[in-house]
Amino acid sequence: MSLTQAVRDKLDIPDLVTGGKSLKDVTVDIAKPNEDFPTKLWWNTFLLVLTITLIDVAIIGYLFYEGLYLLGINNPVGWGFFVVNFVFWIGIGHAGTLISAVLYLFRQGWRTGINRAAEAMTIFAVLVAASNLILHVGRPWLGFWLFPYPNERGPLWVNFRSPLIWDTFAVSTYLSISMVFWYLGLIPDLATLRDRATETWRKNLYNILAFGWVGSARAWSHLEIVSMILAALSTPLVLSVHTIVSFDFAVSILPGWHTTIFPPYFVAGAIFSGFAMVVTLMVIAREVFNLKNYITMKHLDNMNKIMMVTGLIVGLAYGTEFFIAWYSGNEYEGFAFWNRAFGPYGWAYFIMISCNVLSPQVFWFRKLRYNIPVMFVASLVVNVGMWFERFVIMMTLNRDFLPSSWAMYTPTLFDYAMLIGTFGIFFTLFLLWCRIMPVIAIAEVKTVMPQKEGAHH
Amino acid sequence: MYLPKLEQFHKYKEMDEGVLGIFDTPEAIMHAAEKTKAKDYIGFDCILPYPVHGIDEAMGTPRSGLPWVTFFAGIFGCTIGILFQYLTHAHDWPLNISGKSLNAWFAYVPIIFELTVFSAGIYTVAALCFLSGIPKATRRILHPDLTSHKFGLWIPKSAKGYNESDVVSFVKSLGGSEVIVVKPENQK
Repeated sequence: MSLTQAVRDKLDIPDLVTGGKSLKDVTVDIAKPNEDFPTKLWWNTFLLVLTITLIDVAIIGYLFYEGLYLLGINNPVGWGFFVVNFVFWIGIGHAGTLISAVLYLFRQGWRTGINRAAEAMTIFAVLVAASNLILHVGRPWLGFWLFPYPNERGPLWVNFRSPLIWDTFAVSTYLSISMVFWYLGLIPDLATLRDRATETWRKNLYNILAFGWVGSARAWSHLEIVSMILAALSTPLVLSVHTIVSFDFAVSILPGWHTTIFPPYFVAGAIFSGFAMVVTLMVIAREVFNLKNYITMKHLDNMNKIMMVTGLIVGLAYGTEFFIAWYSGNEYEGFAFWNRAFGPYGWAYFIMISCNVLSPQVFWFRKLRYNIPVMFVASLVVNVGMWFERFVIMMTLNRDFLPSSWAMYTPTLFDYAMLIGTFGIFFTLFLLWCRIMPVIAIAEVKTVMPQKEGAHH
Repeated sequence: MYLPKLEQFHKYKEMDEGVLGIFDTPEAIMHAAEKTKAKDYIGFDCILPYPVHGIDEAMGTPRSGLPWVTFFAGIFGCTIGILFQYLTHAHDWPLNISGKSLNAWFAYVPIIFELTVFSAGIYTVAALCFLSGIPKATRRILHPDLTSHKFGLWIPKSAKGYNESDVVSFVKSLGGSEVIVVKPENQK
């Protein structure tokens, strides 16, 4: 950031904001989607995902009126799609925190173009994940039992030695810290929208949302420090959340789950799927909101590289699991993995391998990293693959210690409805958010603009 | 030893009466801040659309002391995490689950960590809100472009040695594009 333009040109460092924009252009361009009347495309997409959400809500109501027997879960496969969806969506959330926190700590200027949307993605993904966590307990109206509180059943406390309670604490901490981080960053941008608003209702709305921010240098100095603190707190937090999610599996005694590789393997998978989702959303957002000067090919290139690296880590983890199953000489462990690849759910295993390990390999080639259709398809494929990864892990249950209790898991229509519903809720929230808040961090983009080099020390 | 100082917790001050100079570039506001500091108008402020690096030094405001809040709030959260789990499990309602130790402190680590982070984060943000004077929905906005592409220099009436005509001519001499005298009665 402190390099002069001549040096940047010589080193061929691409600008993070292209098109020779001035500070005012940045405000006008980014605020445009919030100030214009929504396009037909937005309305159509929104009505579609809203319909899915409403149907999903009705189905959830019916499901809990009737009971969980409508789902495909049985004994031994007591964990169905709800937990697959939970792990999948909490993983999606991780890229948002990584982009905003880890890249912030490493002073990566390119994060400014995408961090806001990625953070919003985190919030909505974690909300969807948390709803699956609550729903999977079967009696969601008693979900508050997961929290320790002085209660009328005597001094009966939650079991702090149980991973389900760890999940509760991890997910709620993650959600609250991510929300605070996201909203603090939004406050100056909402103030920008407030000051640009012409209609009274819009001015009042943003006036409330912007908390009365004026942009005083004293307040900025505190805000910058707090952003750094929150980034430093979120970095271990994001690793801890998925580590704790992996403990749901790893602290059990089931072969195939009871392994020490689970925490890093889950975290890498989470970053992988999260970045895939960010690429999917960014490719759409830059087209729909005409933000190609802010979400440049360089941003997408960087994300594709991260996707490739995390894809390789996930591939290494799959290999390590197999190697250890063989090398440990534990026949139950060995069987669990043989069963994963060549058992009745072998098809899911090979979908997972081809989507997660093979498809990101296209990004070895620069030409393909810069190709929008290729990266869009690859990001979708990776998300499918990562959903199947969690499905494969869950299906380890179908053949446990006693062959007499082996059973197959067949998802019912209700399971599929829950799965589709999670996407409905996620995209409804995301589209609504795109309408009322800026998709790109206006103030942060201005700090990495090439024309203001002279402002640095 | 690095110790917290009161001036590190500098607060945002409400803007009722004073002189506002408007500048077009970050370089100009930086220069203006340095001059104003040299002129000893204590309590002046800059209004920026984005954090301009180096403005703190130019204005003479010390580095924010909020990391201290984080530090102590983190220790508080950590202590609560340890005590709460120990007291509820080993003391208040001891339950033998699968023969696990009552004070299985290894199992407490995830929740201790989460409570540490939660407490550190939330208290720091609360302190930020307090020092920045937010939320406040009825705040006066001096100029709409200051959150977009203009930079403001604010010298309030409370500044030491404030004299309206002197301040106006001083701000004009800094080369701002506009100088506005703000009075409570011409509030929109």
